[in-house]
Amino acid sequence: MERKFIQGNEACSEGALYAGCRFYAGYPITPSSEIMEVMSVRLPKVGGVFIQMEDEIASVCAIVGASLGGLKSMTATSGPGFSLMQEGIGFACMAEVPCVIVNVMRSGPSTGYPTGPSQADMMQVRWGTHGDHPMIALTPSTVQEILTETVRAFNLAETYRTPVVLLYDEVIGHMREAITLPKEGELEVVDRARPNCPPEEYRPYDISKGEIPPLAAYGEGYRFHVTGLYHGEDGFPTGNTKLIEEANKRLLSKVEKNREKIWKNEDFYLDDAEIGIFAYGVSARSAKFAVKELRKKGIKVGLLKPLTIWPFPDKAVREMAEKVDTIIVPEMNLGQISLEVERAAGGRCDVRGIYRVDTEPIHPQQIMDAILSREELTLPTELAERDMTDG
Amino acid sequence: MAGEAAVKVPYREKRPFDYSQYIRKGKLPHIWCAGCGHGIVLKSLLRAIHASGLSKDEICMVSGIGCSSRTPGYVDFNTLHTLHGRAIAYATGVKLAKPNLKVFVATGDGDALAIGGNHFIHACRRNIDMVILVYNNYIYGMTSGQASPTTPQGMVATTSRYGHIDPPFDTCEMAKAAGATFVARGTAYHCQELEKIFYEAIHHKGTAVIDILDSCPTYYGRLNKMKSASEMMLKVEKDGTVPVAQAAKLPPEKLEGKKLRGILYRAERPEYCEEYFKLIERVHG
Ligand SMILES: Cc1ncc(C[n+]2csc(CCOP(=O)(O)OP(=O)(O)O)c2C)c(N)n1
Repeated sequence: MERKFIQGNEACSEGALYAGCRFYAGYPITPSSEIMEVMSVRLPKVGGVFIQMEDEIASVCAIVGASLGGLKSMTATSGPGFSLMQEGIGFACMAEVPCVIVNVMRSGPSTGYPTGPSQADMMQVRWGTHGDHPMIALTPSTVQEILTETVRAFNLAETYRTPVVLLYDEVIGHMREAITLPKEGELEVVDRARPNCPPEEYRPYDISKGEIPPLAAYGEGYRFHVTGLYHGEDGFPTGNTKLIEEANKRLLSKVEKNREKIWKNEDFYLDDAEIGIFAYGVSARSAKFAVKELRKKGIKVGLLKPLTIWPFPDKAVREMAEKVDTIIVPEMNLGQISLEVERAAGGRCDVRGIYRVDTEPIHPQQIMDAILSREELTLPTELAERDMTDG
Repeated sequence: MAGEAAVKVPYREKRPFDYSQYIRKGKLPHIWCAGCGHGIVLKSLLRAIHASGLSKDEICMVSGIGCSSRTPGYVDFNTLHTLHGRAIAYATGVKLAKPNLKVFVATGDGDALAIGGNHFIHACRRNIDMVILVYNNYIYGMTSGQASPTTPQGMVATTSRYGHIDPPFDTCEMAKAAGATFVARGTAYHCQELEKIFYEAIHHKGTAVIDILDSCPTYYGRLNKMKSASEMMLKVEKDGTVPVAQAAKLPPEKLEGKKLRGILYRAERPEYCEEYFKLIERVHG
C-alpha cells in the first residue's frame, strides 16, 4: 500500500493515468494548472500525448479528436476556460464521444478572483452548452476522492459515450492530504465497447443491440462519419424530424435511465437526523466537521454528500426530506444547488441555504452557528425575490 | 523550388477517372449550389489522393462548419465534421492519436481565418502534418453572403452593402509568416494544376496550406453583379491570377491586382508529431 502526501490537482492526474488516460490537451489557468503540469511530465513516460493548445476551445476540441482516434482523453480548466469550452462540450454530447473535463472552480463571473475558491459553476456544468443535452458531473471533496472520482469519471465517460465533468473547488484542488495510491487492478477501469462487426456493417449510432453503441477508432478500418448535426444511426446528417426527436430524447435518456448506476452518495449520521445537511466539495468537509461537533451537543444532524451532482440525486434528497424537518445547503454560491434540493424535496421539509461568495470557504463554525441560531439561514428563493423588489 | 509542380501523375493513363470509389454510396446529391466551385476542388483532390496511392483507411478528413465543410460527409474516409472554426483543433487531436493517418482539413475562408484564425496560425507554428484546404470564396456561403476576412475592399456582401472597407487577409502570407512549410495557391478554374498542388501537398511533411480560389455565384456573384458562375471563374480565377513561375518575368504593372498561383513556399522544418514521438523516446528511457 503506497501512501503519498499530495495535492488535489496532482491526485487528479494520478487518477487519470490510472484510468488509462493517454491524451491531454489544455491551456493554463489557475487553479487547475498543476494537473496539466503533472500530465506534461507523466504522459510521455507512458507513451501518451500531452499538448499545450492555444486556448481552451482548441483543448476541448483536441481531446474529442484524440478520443475518436481511440485514446482516453482529458482536459482541465477553471471558470473562464470552462466558459470557452461549452460549445465543444455540446459537440461531445451530440457526437457521443467519451472524454473527461475537469473544472477547478474559482470565483466568477468573468476573471473574478482567480485564486479565490468558489462553487458557482454548478448550473453552468449542467446547462452551459446550448440545447437539451445529457450531463454527468462528479463532486469529490477530499484528495483521495479526487483520485477515485477521476477514475470513475473516465469509467462513466467510456460506459455512456459522453463527456463527464469532474467538478471541484480551488480549496481541495490545492489542498494536500495523505492518500493511498490504488494498486493496479484495485479500482475498476472501464474501456469503451469497440465494434466487432465487419467494417462495412458498422453504424456508429446503431442502438438495435443496446442503448450505448460501440465506438470504433479512426484509422482502424472502420471508416465512419461524425458530425455535430443531428444524424441517423449511420452518423450522417438527417433532417428527418422523427429521427431528430428520437435522437434528442435518447441523448438524455441514456444518462437518466442509468442514473441509479451513476449516482453515488455518502451518508453521515443520517439515520436518526432531524436536520439534514446537503453539501458537496469543500463545503461538505466543513459540514462533516459541524455534524460531529453538533452531535456531541446532542443535536440530531446528519449529512448527505453527493459524489455525483449531475444527474441530480433526486432520490436520496427525497428520502432525506421524508425524515428530516429541515435540509440545510451550505454552498459557495448564491443558492444554485439549494433550489435543486428544494425541487427534489418537493415540500416534504424546509430547505434553507448558507451562501458564501466572499471567496472564503464556509467554515464549520458558520454552519454550527446557523443551525444553533437559525439566523444565518436563507430561503433558496429569497435572494431572487429581493432582487426583483429592488429592481 | 517555387512554381515547380511538374509531377508525373500515374493514373492519367486510364480514363475516365472513377470518382465513385471515393464517394460514399447514397450521400449524393451534395448541398452545393449550381456553379459553386467546391465540387471541382473535390474532384481535383480525389484524383490527387488516388495518384498518391493512399488507401481510404489511411485518410482522415476533418472540417468545420460552412458549405465547404460539408465535404467530409461525401467522401469514404475517416471523417469528422466539427464546429465552426475548430476543424484544425480537432484534427490536431486525431493526428496525435493516430499519427499514421494522413489528415486533411476542409475549411472555408471564414472558418479558417475568422473564427478559426487562432487554430490556423498555431497549426502552422507547430508544423503539424496536415493538409489544410482553405476553400476561399470571399464570402460566408452557408449563412447567405456575409463578408469574410478575405472579402476584397469595395466588394459587396450582405453585411457590407456600401462596399467592404476592411482590408482582407492574404491566406498564403499569413500561413508562411505563421510557420507553415508548404504554402500554395490554386483555383477551381485551374483544376489540373490544383490536382498537382494537392499531390505535392500530400507528399509534404508538415503543415501544408492551400488557398483555393473558388466561387460562390449564389451570393458573392449575385451581390457583385457578376452575371454567371463562369464569368466569375474567368474574372477572378483565370484573369485574376498569374502562375508564380511566370510572375518573375512579368513587369510590375502586369502583376497589379493579380494573385500568384502555384507552390509559393516550401521549407523543411521538424514536424510536430515526429518531434513529440522523439521526446517520448527520450524520456521513456
Ligand atoms: C460559433 C458559430 N458561429 C456562427 C456560425 C454560423 N456560420 C455557419 S457557417 C458560417 C460561415 C461559413 O463561411 P465560410 O467558412 O467562408 O465557408 P463557406 O460556407 O463559404 O464554404 C457561419 C458564420 C456557427 N455555425 N457557429
